[in-house]
Amino acid sequence: MDLEEQAAIQRLVQGGERDRMIVILGTPNSSSTQMVALTLTSGDPSYAGPLAGVPLGLRVYHILEDEVRAAIPVDVYEREIGPMEFVLDKDGIASGLERVRKA
Amino acid sequence: MVELKDKLVLALGERDGVPAPALQACAESAGAEVIYAETQCFV
Repeated sequence: MDLEEQAAIQRLVQGGERDRMIVILGTPNSSSTQMVALTLTSGDPSYAGPLAGVPLGLRVYHILEDEVRAAIPVDVYEREIGPMEFVLDKDGIASGLERVRKA
Repeated sequence: MVELKDKLVLALGERDGVPAPALQACAESAGAEVIYAETQCFV
């Protein structure tokens, strides 16, 4: 997650309505998913960006998680996500996110 | 199921995964308002 993106999200959260905010990721694997999720919940683990030591506490989900898919009309999901559901490591991504949520 | 209706969604896509416009289309179809959409590219 680059520094500009961290700063932009920090500004959005500071603008208010954090309780209504949900992050949906399209990251390609477990490690990138965990890095972004950690950054947006407990702070930048690399201590390189503006979110270092800043626990935003956002709710973070991945588009491949079953509980997210269930909220989206089937035809839209199939058109927009399509084969990526089978190409990406869905189980690894989901378990990585679970680890972040339990941390 | 995650409740997306009337939520403010930040769609963080990645070129090697799912890009932000696809995340945005999904979120909006579920009744969310997308307030940030960005596709990262690490090449």
